[in-house]
Amino acid sequence: MKTMIVILLSAMLTDNFVLAKFMGICPFLGVSKKFDSAAGMGVAVTFVMICATIVTYPIHHGILVPNGLEYFDTVVFILVIALFVQLVENFLKKCVPSLYSSLGVYLPLITTNCAVLGVTVLNIDNNYSFGQSIINALGGGLGFMLALVIFSGVRKKLEYADIPDTFKGIPATLIAASIVSVSFMGFSGLFN
Amino acid sequence: MAENKTSLVKELTKGIIKDNPTLVMLLGMCPTLAVTTQAMNGIGMGLATTFVLLGSNIVISALRKVIPDKVRIPAFIVVIASFVTLIGFLLEGFVPSLYDSLGIYLTLITVNCIIFGRAEMFASKNGIIASAFDAIGMGIGFTLALFLMGSVREIIGAGQWMGMTIPVIHESPMLLFIMPAGGFFTLGVIIAVVNKLKNKKPPQELGCSGCPNAKACGKAGDCQ
Repeated sequence: MKTMIVILLSAMLTDNFVLAKFMGICPFLGVSKKFDSAAGMGVAVTFVMICATIVTYPIHHGILVPNGLEYFDTVVFILVIALFVQLVENFLKKCVPSLYSSLGVYLPLITTNCAVLGVTVLNIDNNYSFGQSIINALGGGLGFMLALVIFSGVRKKLEYADIPDTFKGIPATLIAASIVSVSFMGFSGLFN
Repeated sequence: MAENKTSLVKELTKGIIKDNPTLVMLLGMCPTLAVTTQAMNGIGMGLATTFVLLGSNIVISALRKVIPDKVRIPAFIVVIASFVTLIGFLLEGFVPSLYDSLGIYLTLITVNCIIFGRAEMFASKNGIIASAFDAIGMGIGFTLALFLMGSVREIIGAGQWMGMTIPVIHESPMLLFIMPAGGFFTLGVIIAVVNKLKNKKPPQELGCSGCPNAKACGKAGDCQ
């Protein structure tokens, strides 16, 4: 139980996917302008991360390893994720239209989000058990959402700031991200 | 023929400065920030990406008339992921130290939007030779940007550069620069300098409107 909590919190805070591991920078910078879209993207990514883990873990340990095909991991995982995202999108569209209208727009973007492929590969690299993998994916997703939501607040303030022309837009956003990242460094050393 | 030659040179050089994938088009941010704690890692990552880009551009360009439009995205992904697996093996066998320091980010070349973007925007519409030149140019541009990032961060953050010790800074380097926060900061400042040099309005916000890959993802129009 204790290891589970450590995995959850370290994936969320100390090893935050966005601010410490630099995975999923594009959605972090692109979709963090408004609180609503930041939260929506966060939920969608968390959901896909957990589902991708549930699907890829058995494939790796059940099909690829027994046949000595571990090196196909990257190819198989990314295809499974792409397929899965498509499936989820179609399913939501048909069966839960209300959820689709709030999450659906973010789903296609998630295929090329490196945090999703990253979490599935990390689970394998770290030799996590099935339960630990799911917890790791949950923590990673929540951490991603946390970073996005916090950053959307920072950017709201940034819009009213008087910034030199050269720094307007992306440079100012990146420097603000750097400061948010410094604040997350406060969590380092929390678990050893 | 002469015209043909100049256009090839143009394909090659556009990626290096005018359309630099990282600093001007703002693609492939994740590896740019993640592996550039050292200049050497930047070069390694840049060359590995160039290899994948070249391979996938050539194969996709060769198959562009065979791949049906509807399944092109999964098809591109498979081609790219295969080349990533290949470069993983090559590095593990011949340059194990680089393989270790790139770690998971080597696998994540698969989802580097530069590669997918070039496949979608260039290789699927142009001939093999033009695509190869495009890939080499973009690859060099990416490598140079990573090398620049890595140099700044390594010199200020560690007081070293490509194995050399930098006198004064080495005494008390600003460790922050090789930490994640320093990566964001350095990239922000470098992009600001590029904006200044270009001497025009900074590019639009990174988002779907400014993203060259927008057409590739079906819902691009809706996202905020």
